[in-house]
Amino acid sequence: MMKHTLSVVVENKPGVLTRVTSLFARRGFNIDSLAVGTTEDPTMSRITIVCSAADTPIEQITKQVYKLINVIKVQDLDPIDSVERELVLFKINAAPERRHEIIEIANVFRAKIVDVGRNSVTIEATGATDKIDAMEDLFRAYGIKEMARTGKIALSRGREG
Amino acid sequence: MTEQMNGAQALVRSLEAEGVDVLFGYPGGVALPIFDALYDSKQIRSVLPRHEQGAVHMADGYARATGRCGVALVTSGPGASNTITGIANAYMDSIPMVVFTAQVATAVIGTDAFQEIDITGITVPITKHNYLVKDAKELPEIIKEAFHIATTGRPGPVLVDVPVDISKAEIDFDYPEIVNLPGYKPTFRGHGKQVKQAVTLIKEANKPLLYVGGGVIASEGSKELKELAELMQIPVVTTMMGKGSFPEDHHLWIGMPGMHGAKYTNYAITETDLLIAVGVRFDDRVTGKLATFANKAKIIHVDVDPAEIGKNKEADVPIVGDAKNVLAGMVAELRKTGAEPITQGWVALVDRWRKQFPLHYSPEEGALHPQYVVQRVSELTADRETIIATEVGQNQMWACQFYTLRHPRSWISSGGLGTMGFGLPAAIGAQAGRPDALVIDIAGDGSIQMNSQEFATAAINGFPVKVIILNNGYLGMVRQWQELFYGRRYSSSVLPQDCPDFVKLAEAYGCLGLRVTDPSELDAALKKAFDHDGPAIVDCRVVGEECVYPMVAPGASIDEMLGGIPGCPVSEMLDDGTLEEVWE
Ligand SMILES: Cc1ncc(C[n+]2csc(CCOP(=O)(O)OP(=O)(O)O)c2C)c(N)n1
Ligand SMILES: [Mg+2]
Repeated sequence: MMKHTLSVVVENKPGVLTRVTSLFARRGFNIDSLAVGTTEDPTMSRITIVCSAADTPIEQITKQVYKLINVIKVQDLDPIDSVERELVLFKINAAPERRHEIIEIANVFRAKIVDVGRNSVTIEATGATDKIDAMEDLFRAYGIKEMARTGKIALSRGREG
Repeated sequence: MTEQMNGAQALVRSLEAEGVDVLFGYPGGVALPIFDALYDSKQIRSVLPRHEQGAVHMADGYARATGRCGVALVTSGPGASNTITGIANAYMDSIPMVVFTAQVATAVIGTDAFQEIDITGITVPITKHNYLVKDAKELPEIIKEAFHIATTGRPGPVLVDVPVDISKAEIDFDYPEIVNLPGYKPTFRGHGKQVKQAVTLIKEANKPLLYVGGGVIASEGSKELKELAELMQIPVVTTMMGKGSFPEDHHLWIGMPGMHGAKYTNYAITETDLLIAVGVRFDDRVTGKLATFANKAKIIHVDVDPAEIGKNKEADVPIVGDAKNVLAGMVAELRKTGAEPITQGWVALVDRWRKQFPLHYSPEEGALHPQYVVQRVSELTADRETIIATEVGQNQMWACQFYTLRHPRSWISSGGLGTMGFGLPAAIGAQAGRPDALVIDIAGDGSIQMNSQEFATAAINGFPVKVIILNNGYLGMVRQWQELFYGRRYSSSVLPQDCPDFVKLAEAYGCLGLRVTDPSELDAALKKAFDHDGPAIVDCRVVGEECVYPMVAPGASIDEMLGGIPGCPVSEMLDDGTLEEVWE
């Protein structure tokens, strides 16, 4: 089973997100992450969905999503041919004597310190999913108090310039 | 030119603009403005059913019998929730329908107001699309879109939820001429290159088979289907949803495939080398075990819904398009490039199986067999314009097997959902759309009790439908599975044959009620019912423990059939010298 990133452009109307997600549920597809926001055209939104499925079922769910009346476009993005980013906030256990190490790790990943508490630091990072996963892994050693990830957003690469 | 009126009046005017002549509607509090506006319509007849499920099945039967869009109208809350089975039924069978539900006022939506229900939320998975109207000015545009979506591409039900303040709001009415749906552009015309490729395969095939379904009915493609079949001498199997799309007295028609298909039909599918699938979805009741279904064949799959192609079975030549259009394209291409009909050997072989393994039952002297009842209904109506509706269960399968259909839109049966209680209201809806036809519901004693309140609708509104109950004293299809797979433990499947007394029930509604217990009485009773100018019920007390055969056990290959006339599997049969002779 492979992870697929579907980029779905929909009309910006009430209830459209429910239609899309309920279709995934009804057809037995698990959504790993989901991010929604407007596009360059304010009447349209883009839903970026990451889900794991084999190739034949992914084609089926793509076709089913495309059939929804409010869906304008569905792309199964090729990871090589697209740019992907995710934003994450980590609140990490950080006694004053360990703060330094944590900040160093953050620097390696070009992450930002956005808040420091008496016993914690909060770090903001963006990047491709595997980079975020790697950070999460490292920070686990210190104890992640809380974490929020936005889910992936993605666009196909512009070849025409 | 715009005109001032309230939302309810605009709704009615929109329906008139769509050419609606009848709707099935059940009123209630927040629906009253709409019913009030309907009271003034000279074009639209409003039929009052006795249950909202009945209203939706009536709209469904109307649509199946006429090809036009069915319309139902109900109130909020329980009125809306009562439509769900009907909507799901129409969705599974791709029937064009618009259902209007009234809703509590926009200001109180979301507060659990009296008779508030989130019907658009509930029906997301069972409608092609749905709308909650939030601005009265958008109502005409939404109705235009609803009818467009319901009737084009792969048809299906669309629901429009209308809050009561929207019905009362004053607007400038102007019915739009065009729809603006950037995300909805169904492919109508099959791709030319794909059609050519299909034609090449057809010319190369030795044992082609047309496997056709509801898509041919929906697209009105029967003429084109017949042209293709006759031009190339290709035998045709019609699924339950496709019944009537090809005349069943034609020498090229070889039955309905699947779980209760005839042996010769399922053998033909197992043996074909080119399956031309048109407007079908390889449903599990047809295919049995998918891996062995038509596994000697290349597959051409034509469907207007791209998501159906490759869903269950990979196609060698996929063609997205309207069945009628693609069939016409194939015929034109075959004519242009010079087509030779296939060798007679294949048709002769199938004919041989048909003689060897006919659909059959074992009549006992003096016993009333359900198959015989259906046979006589078929024979006695052969020269009349007849529409057959069915309930669900054994009655439905015997109707499939023993009634000879000759025309599209003469068969009205719940396919995908298998809804008991569908037949009677659907027959009433069909009669509303086709007043001159003889409309018959072939029923079971269980199913008929699920919507028997609609006898009142038939009686009061003058819909002279005939209900032939195959009263076997059982939930027969359930009993059959219990007999075959659960050691004859008839758990919750026994119905006393005399409760209710269907003759008295008929009379209570002012319908004609007749009872038949002996085969010798059957013809007279059927004739009397058919000639009666009102609705009639014929309570046929048939043999109780009859099974529908042949039968493919769930999950088995379709050439492994229980019951019927014993015979060997096809592959062995083809090695048989005499059959080889036929083939050459
Ligand atoms: C609404 C609904 N409930 C249950 C079923 C399951 N079911 C399928 S056939 C059947 C028995 C139908 O009995 P009857 O109408 O007497 O028909 P018969 O099979 O005896 O001809 C049942 C219970 C169903 N299809 N629909
Ligand atoms: Mg029964």
